[in-house]
Formats: sequence, C-alpha cells, structure tokens
Amino acid sequence: MTPSLEIKNLAFEYPDGNQALFGIDLVIQKGERVALLGPNGAGKTTLVLHLNGIHETQHGEVFIAGIKVDGENKETLKQIRSQVGIVFQDPDDQLFMPTVEEDVAFGPYNMGLREKELAAVVDESLNAVGMLEFKDRPPHHLSFGQRRRVAVATVLAMKPEILILDEPSSNLDPASRRELAEILEKLNITVFMVTHDLPYAYELCERSVILSKGKIVADDSTKNILGNEQLLKSNRLELPKGFKI
Amino acid sequence: MTFLAKISILVLLKRSTIEIPFILFAFLMPFFGTGETIKWGVFTLYEAGLVAGLTLILKGTIGVMLAILLSTTTTAREILNGLEKLKLPKLLVQIATFMLRYVNVVSDEMFRMKIARTSRGFDAKGIKDWKVLGHSAGSLFIRSYERGERVHLAMLSRGYIGTLPKVHHIHPERKYLAFSMLLPTLALIFTLIDRYINS
Repeated sequence: MTPSLEIKNLAFEYPDGNQALFGIDLVIQKGERVALLGPNGAGKTTLVLHLNGIHETQHGEVFIAGIKVDGENKETLKQIRSQVGIVFQDPDDQLFMPTVEEDVAFGPYNMGLREKELAAVVDESLNAVGMLEFKDRPPHHLSFGQRRRVAVATVLAMKPEILILDEPSSNLDPASRRELAEILEKLNITVFMVTHDLPYAYELCERSVILSKGKIVADDSTKNILGNEQLLKSNRLELPKGFKI
Repeated sequence: MTFLAKISILVLLKRSTIEIPFILFAFLMPFFGTGETIKWGVFTLYEAGLVAGLTLILKGTIGVMLAILLSTTTTAREILNGLEKLKLPKLLVQIATFMLRYVNVVSDEMFRMKIARTSRGFDAKGIKDWKVLGHSAGSLFIRSYERGERVHLAMLSRGYIGTLPKVHHIHPERKYLAFSMLLPTLALIFTLIDRYINS
C-alpha cells in the first residue's frame, strides 16, 4: 500500500543562511499515528510546512499518498493541500471566518463543494469533534478547548489523507486535553503529531520520531523512546516528574 | 420605521448622541457668511448659512438614524453579505470580514498588555509616558502583522482560492424588495413634483 507520507532526504535552508533541516528520511504508513518529538528550534515547524508545499522543497522529495509535493505544479499542489490537514497551534490563526460553520466550510468550498454537499460535510466534521451545536457561534465566544476542536474539524472537512497536529495539547485544561485525545483516537485517520507533551504522545501514538538540530535522531516505538532516559536527555526532552512508562 | 423595527426610542436617542458635535457646528453656520441677512431678535443671520445649516442638520440626522436602524436590526455579518451582493469589491469585503473576526482578538491582546503594564506599576499620567504606550502600540502592531502572516498560511493550507465560502444564500421575498423601494420611490416623486412646480 502507498504510504500516507514519504520524505526522502529533505534539506532546507532559510534565506538568511540558517539551515533548518539536514536530510530527513521518514515514512508513515496509512492509519499510523506518529509523534514528532523534539526541543524548541529543532525544525519541527519547518518540516511540517514542507508537507503541504508552503515551504518549497529545496533538496529532497516529499510524497503524500504517492503524489509528489511540488510547488511548481499548481494542480497537484491543490490536491496535496486538501490531503494534508494541518491543525496549527493557535486556533485563532486557524479560525479566521466570522462563524464556526463558515470556517469549517472554507476548505471544502475551496475544493469545489457547494450547497447541500458543503452543508453535509460541515455537519459531519463538526459532529466528529462534538461541536455541531456551536455551528452558528463566532469562534471568539468559544473556550480554548472548543476552538481547538473546531480547528480539527476545519481540516477534517477536507477529508485529508493525513492529519498533522502542531502541539495539539498546548494550553488545554486537563479535561479538554483528554476530550481531544478521545476524539483523535476515534478518527481512524493517519496522524502526525508534533508535540513536547510526552505522555500525550505515549497515549495516542504507537510510534515516535525525535527531530533534533534538523536531523531525525530516533525512530522507534513510543514506549522504547520514552523508556530511553539517556536518549531523551541528550535531546532536551523530559518526562514529567513521577511519570513512569 | 423605528416602530416597525421594534427598537425603543430610548436606544435610538442614546445612540444618536454621536451627532451632537456636528449639530453644534451646523448651528454656528448661519452666523458666518456673506450675502443676504435676516434679523432675528438680537442676531443677524446669513440666509445662505441658515439654509446650509438646516440642510446639514436634516441630512445628518437622517443619515445617523438610518445607520442606527441598520446596525441595530442587522448583524455585522449580514451587512457584509449585503455589501458583497451590492458588488462591493470582494477584496474589501474580505478585509472587512477579517476585521470583524479579529477586532476582539486584537482588543483582548491590547487589554492583556495593559494589565501587564499596570501589574508592573505603570500608570500613564503625562506626555513622558507616551513612549511606553508607543512601544505597546508598536508591539501590538507587529503581533497583529505576524498573526496576519500565520492566518495567511492557514488559509493557503486549506486551499484558499480567492473567495470566501457562503453557506447560507438569502433570497429576500418580493414584498421586502418592494417595501425597500418605497422610500426611494417617494423621494423620486417629490423631486419630480418639485421640478414641475419650479419650471
């Protein structure tokens, strides 16, 4: 089966000469949930922005469900962007329309859905994250946890091949954090989750990779990685005090 | 119309206080000018100024009343939809839509910055404190600018094609259209009658 995500020898240098990625290789199979762990400044966000062609690939290749991410090719780029659902860290960046409903409609509308089909997709996605009753509300009136859930719905509405979450548990209270985990577990979709929240990665992802200084330094089961204290320590990662695998 | 729109007179009066400075200005107009004058008690009024002042007050009041009616009966979102239907350039409508979405986000941010300033003992008293306020305004601007960039990224990631989706299509009934033509039609008739009499 074609993997959901395949990255081959990806390298990237910012215009100011600062190199962020040094030859990344990674394959994520369909249906897998993988956590991307790494300290601040490891290049996690840079990597994520390569996956839907926001950053153009300078060196190496990225494939989504077998299709090459190519900034030059507008047609495939459009397809790629509908297949890679990125949930950004700050829901206020992601929810830019005046109401929840319109925001969830934004993606599928751009893909060409209209009228009844559009409405059906919006309802289905909001239902999947348990936010259907908040359809007509402006995002500003929702709690942070609710906004994050709506943000997940906005990308689910595009029926992505792979769901990419940037720090999904950040700023959530414990109950919202758990509710989001329950929702994600139910989704039955390939997930690539960028996080520092190691227990969250343990709870949701079978497999983890550690990105450090622009390189993948570990790729193993989350259990093995989190159990390797030396490995975590050398990459500025720590389990919360008292947490045992 | 106020009655039809079910707005209380009190709300209307309260909101129309915004007009007061303009009215004061209009009251001054008859006292300055050239040309024909009219004696009124101890005052000497200029006719041209009097007419101009009165029309200014009338036009202003009608304008303010209409704006109040529109804003109390129609949500900002509906007004934007309406503007789009009236063929206001899409880009302007989109900018206004984003303004509507982010005005609260930015004002919250501003408020948090104010709390942070006050918590560290800052109290804006005079001109020398403006520097601090200027820095705050500057960083608020940069934050908003950066947010704009992130929002743009989020839009591209969801395949932005230059238009925002419309979920609900509102097709007003005929009677509403007819009703909304009532005032313009009346105005047209009066203008025509006026022309006819004066010619």
